[in-house]
Amino acid sequence: MIERNHTQDYMMESPVEKNKKLIEDITDSYPKKVSKERKTHLVVIDPSEEQHIMADVATIPGIMTNRGCSYAGAKGVVFGPVKDILHLTHGPIGCGYYTWDTRRNLAEPEEGYNYFIKNCFSTNMQEKDVVFGGEKKLYGAIKEAYEIFKPKVIGIYATCPVGLIGDDIKAVAKRAEEELGIKVITVSCEGYKGVSQSAGHHLASNTLIMDIVGTKELENPTPYDINIFGEYNIGGDVWLVKDLLQKIGYRVVSVFTGDSKYDDLAKAHRAKLSILMCHRSINYTNRMMEEKFGVPWLKVNYIGITSTIESLREMAKFFDDPMIYENTEKVIEEELMKIKPRLDYYKERLKGKRAILFVGGSRAHHYQDLLKDIGMETIVAGYEFAHRDDYEGRKIIPEIKEAPHHKILDTYHFERVTEPAYPKEKIEEMKSKMPDHFMNYEGMMVHMEEGSIVIDDFNHHETEELIKALKPDIFLSGIKDRYVFQKMGVPSRQIHSYDYSGPYSSFEGAVNFARDMDMAINNPIWKEVTPPWKK
Amino acid sequence: MRQVAIYGKGGIGKSTTTQNTVAALSEMGKKVMVVGCDPKADSTRLLLHGLNQKTVLDTIRDEGEDIELDDIMRSGYGNTKCVESGGPEPGVGCAGRGIITSINMLENLGAYDDDLDYVFYDVLGDVVCGGFAMPIREGKAKEIYIVASGEMMAMYAANNICKGIRKYANQGGVRLGGIICNSRKVDNEEELLKAFCKKLGTQLVYFVPRDNIVQRAEINKKTVIDYDPQAPQADVYRALAKRIDENDMFVVPNPMPTDELEKLLIEYGLMD
Repeated sequence: MIERNHTQDYMMESPVEKNKKLIEDITDSYPKKVSKERKTHLVVIDPSEEQHIMADVATIPGIMTNRGCSYAGAKGVVFGPVKDILHLTHGPIGCGYYTWDTRRNLAEPEEGYNYFIKNCFSTNMQEKDVVFGGEKKLYGAIKEAYEIFKPKVIGIYATCPVGLIGDDIKAVAKRAEEELGIKVITVSCEGYKGVSQSAGHHLASNTLIMDIVGTKELENPTPYDINIFGEYNIGGDVWLVKDLLQKIGYRVVSVFTGDSKYDDLAKAHRAKLSILMCHRSINYTNRMMEEKFGVPWLKVNYIGITSTIESLREMAKFFDDPMIYENTEKVIEEELMKIKPRLDYYKERLKGKRAILFVGGSRAHHYQDLLKDIGMETIVAGYEFAHRDDYEGRKIIPEIKEAPHHKILDTYHFERVTEPAYPKEKIEEMKSKMPDHFMNYEGMMVHMEEGSIVIDDFNHHETEELIKALKPDIFLSGIKDRYVFQKMGVPSRQIHSYDYSGPYSSFEGAVNFARDMDMAINNPIWKEVTPPWKK
Repeated sequence: MRQVAIYGKGGIGKSTTTQNTVAALSEMGKKVMVVGCDPKADSTRLLLHGLNQKTVLDTIRDEGEDIELDDIMRSGYGNTKCVESGGPEPGVGCAGRGIITSINMLENLGAYDDDLDYVFYDVLGDVVCGGFAMPIREGKAKEIYIVASGEMMAMYAANNICKGIRKYANQGGVRLGGIICNSRKVDNEEELLKAFCKKLGTQLVYFVPRDNIVQRAEINKKTVIDYDPQAPQADVYRALAKRIDENDMFVVPNPMPTDELEKLLIEYGLMD
């Protein structure tokens, strides 16, 4: 606990010095070894020095981390949103139950395709399945699911006990494929693999590239075929974006993986460009697709108005087509006109409000752009499961030492198997025209204000102390911590699931977000609540 | 009630020694239960005159968890109570978890009757994971006997088991009662075992000489006492049972580093 009165102590110092002292204080209350370790995960942005951060390492036992597990990353994040795969969790019931629709990955039913997005399937492993092995039960569950639901594709996701007792899920899947004539994919994403959900993203990506992408041909290709990577359609985000893209003239082959179908994923290798939202969760597939099929990628951000505009213009630059240029500007103009009066209203009410933003492995960056657009400021940004390149940019990749837990995660590289849509010269040209975003990502830190704080694998103690000291106007995080701080008198919203709201993407989404910020921050109820530091 | 666990290298004669000793104890009027903790389920064969025991885990698998004690417990030679934990077929599932499941089930079904003088756990050769240590964890077996011989691998195994005992001695109060030598007619065997015991800080409980009558009794699915009560080897087991019954030396063993164990073997002329 920090006994000092921060406001008095730090009054005379620069924001950088003030916050450096603050994180010293917060980490000094740990035992010495822990303190030393945690200090490497907290950075106060200071442009006068070269700054690095430690990430993607094991959480110290006893620390109340917000991280998830490998299964959460593979089933919960990457595969879960695919709407026509019957997702079958092989394990005790809790793993399936707690990943049942909690992320609000919205999806629309489509004629002629299965739709399982609202269902939850589990083998409900019991003690005797652990003792005698769970393979028979798994096969039984596949058969039962097949008979009732007639899926074309079943996905099997392994939980911890499956790996401990050595159930051969791949063999079961193979047998089921032969006997039932359907596709059965597997991910050995036992929760204990890796240090966070990040390992699950990695493992799921391997299944995507090895078993799905490139297994079907795209009929009637067009010059404007694109994929959207790292987008899970939380609260309907991708629907708004797809509308814009279609108006401009693009065709979305597949989203990875929000509101997607198995067939779309299988044909995605024929797209001309992949636009990348989340630089972490599914970027492994993006990288392998580029290696194997030569699909180039562009880092975009359509959370926030300014960044959406920038991303649309950069996409146009890549396609370099008069029709695309024209439509891009037309769409931007129309959308801005539509939202301006409403946005101005909220901007006035939100001016100068300060946010702490804890989410994901990319979204704490994306939402800073949006907050800025509505007149707000991000004073602390944290990731749960990001790697160093998500903070510092891809230039740091050669310097990242391979963590021990990566050795248990298979990493594949490919030779090009097909003639790419664009020659090498075009790719090089684009790299020099858009060095920050074409096949590159600059990371979150370079975009943050001097004196703001970056935090990796944030935990309860640090969050509590930061909130006490910095008194943000809003705390944007997830279900695990939001109510703790709401009870402390700090308005809070979930940026993992958008609570019951959204979409927050592109132009209309920005207005929705501003409305939700206004409702949370300017709610008169807060006048009735006295936070502990005002008592 | 004394709860005793028998450990030792695979094939050393744990089951044979346990059942012959149990037969002798029951002859002395003791009430004994034997719990086989080996997935092969052959720990009560001599007491039951054959492998006619349905295991706890098979019963749970076939009939669910709502089972009666009678379903899994048989009465053997001299009214000994016989239970086999059982386990999955080789190569699947988790045998260790199986032992935990079945011992919990026995407890819940009230198998640990206050009338019992002894419960013997006959455990799989090596303590490969946590499940196989179940019999020596809190509230279960408080004394352990290791069956060994003068053969090098048997002593390696015994030394290794002592490491496990040491771990659980600190948290659960289990103690080593001693080493039982099931002789393989190795040179200097008794001296070697005595020196070995001294190093570990324990005692050689008994030296069981090799006698083919044990083999003959086994072929007839019987313990020696049951098969030929007059045989000299029957008296050996009676004496071993008496030693265990009267034993009051229970220690936390000091397992040796491997090089020290090898030195001991060289000293007694095994490595020449």
